[in-house]
Amino acid sequence: MSERIVDARGSFCPGPLMELISNMKMMSVGDTLELLSTDAGSAADVPEWIKKVGHEMLDTKQDGEGTWHIRVRKAK
Amino acid sequence: MRVLVVGGGMGGTIFANLLARRIQHEMKTGKARITMLSASHEHVYQPGWLYVAMGRATPDELVREQESLLESGIEFHVDPVEEFHLAENHVKCKSGKVHEYDLIVISTGSRPLPEKIPGLKENSINCYTADDAVNFFKQLSDFKGGRVVVTVGLPHKCPMIPLELTFAMHDFIKDRGLLDKTEFYYTYPIGRVHSLENVAKWAAPEFDRMGIKYETLFNMKEVDGKNAEVLSEEGGAVKYDLLVAVPPHKGQEVIEKNGLGENGWIPTHRASLHMEGEHGKNVIILGDTTNLPISKAGSTAHFEAETAAENVAAVIKIGRPVRSYDGKVFCFIEAGKDRATYAMFDYQNPPQPKAPTGAVHAFKMAYNKLYWASARGLL
Repeated sequence: MSERIVDARGSFCPGPLMELISNMKMMSVGDTLELLSTDAGSAADVPEWIKKVGHEMLDTKQDGEGTWHIRVRKAK
Repeated sequence: MRVLVVGGGMGGTIFANLLARRIQHEMKTGKARITMLSASHEHVYQPGWLYVAMGRATPDELVREQESLLESGIEFHVDPVEEFHLAENHVKCKSGKVHEYDLIVISTGSRPLPEKIPGLKENSINCYTADDAVNFFKQLSDFKGGRVVVTVGLPHKCPMIPLELTFAMHDFIKDRGLLDKTEFYYTYPIGRVHSLENVAKWAAPEFDRMGIKYETLFNMKEVDGKNAEVLSEEGGAVKYDLLVAVPPHKGQEVIEKNGLGENGWIPTHRASLHMEGEHGKNVIILGDTTNLPISKAGSTAHFEAETAAENVAAVIKIGRPVRSYDGKVFCFIEAGKDRATYAMFDYQNPPQPKAPTGAVHAFKMAYNKLYWASARGLL
């Protein structure tokens, strides 16, 4: 099992969710990923996609500088 | 300083030309040297494949001899690199020749891999090579009506192409009087019709106005050619008569084989454009080859190359770089056969696309010709 960090801060295109999807394609089942995003929309659209595909949400929090840290696990 | 540029695409070419112009004196006096290594003697204007797919350009219009685009004094070899020895500051080429350097710029680009999705390559059309673009035009010309489905893989080069293809095909079919026999069905990986929120806010009503249907949160998993159906990771299934693909991409195989970056994307510092890691001090990465979370597009490579060339020239002349890359990207968006808009953005500022106009389309058509001046570092 491995853990990766994807720094998508300041990414408007392709944007945090597309970065997350691209990276999850490279991961193995059980691997985890932490997405860094400055887009408030990520806090909603990442869980929506994770749920729809059947992966696992682990944690979502915003730090003092406004960056969202969203942790997910590849489940399938 | 010996500067070695690996890759003769947009990023490498603009970088080399801009740098050569800035350090003419140093090159003449032997204090600096620029060498470029490429896998091909040709330079291709890749955004032009869209027009080939629509029958509005032929492949030969999009190609120039690479050497003809380079400033005098730049040494050019068609000899692809096979081994990167970054700890020892040299590379080894296919011919067996070894090139030593003081600074290396890696700009090897990306490649479409439709074969990564089961069934996609044999059941879809795309416009990412000359042959594929010509085949696209033939199949679209032969289309007599039915359901045209656009399916999008991640990551992909040219973020505007899903929209541009859809708009262009709509006008193509309309001009042939087949609109009433044709249904357009656009799919996209995230929860809106484009990655850029403001572009999506403009494009979705355009789709509605044109009668183009769309489904979001659709990441293709496989194509069932027997039943003419594309299946998604989210559990969706869409029937097609003509499947138009934006295939997933990877970086070049040589990058992966040399362990420089997963899937061929090299970890890159977003401001300095230097490779991350212990050997990155004299390694600059440009264009699609970076792993930066920004568009894989010629425009990105162009603006990165400008920053890098200015910095390398400054290092040669005053001993330190002078600029940071700010994430600038400028993409035209063709909104059909005769209208276009654009998206300009950077790490801090999202785009604010305007309504498409004929004037922006005319500018885009002019830019398609002006590109060769851009590659020479003149524009």
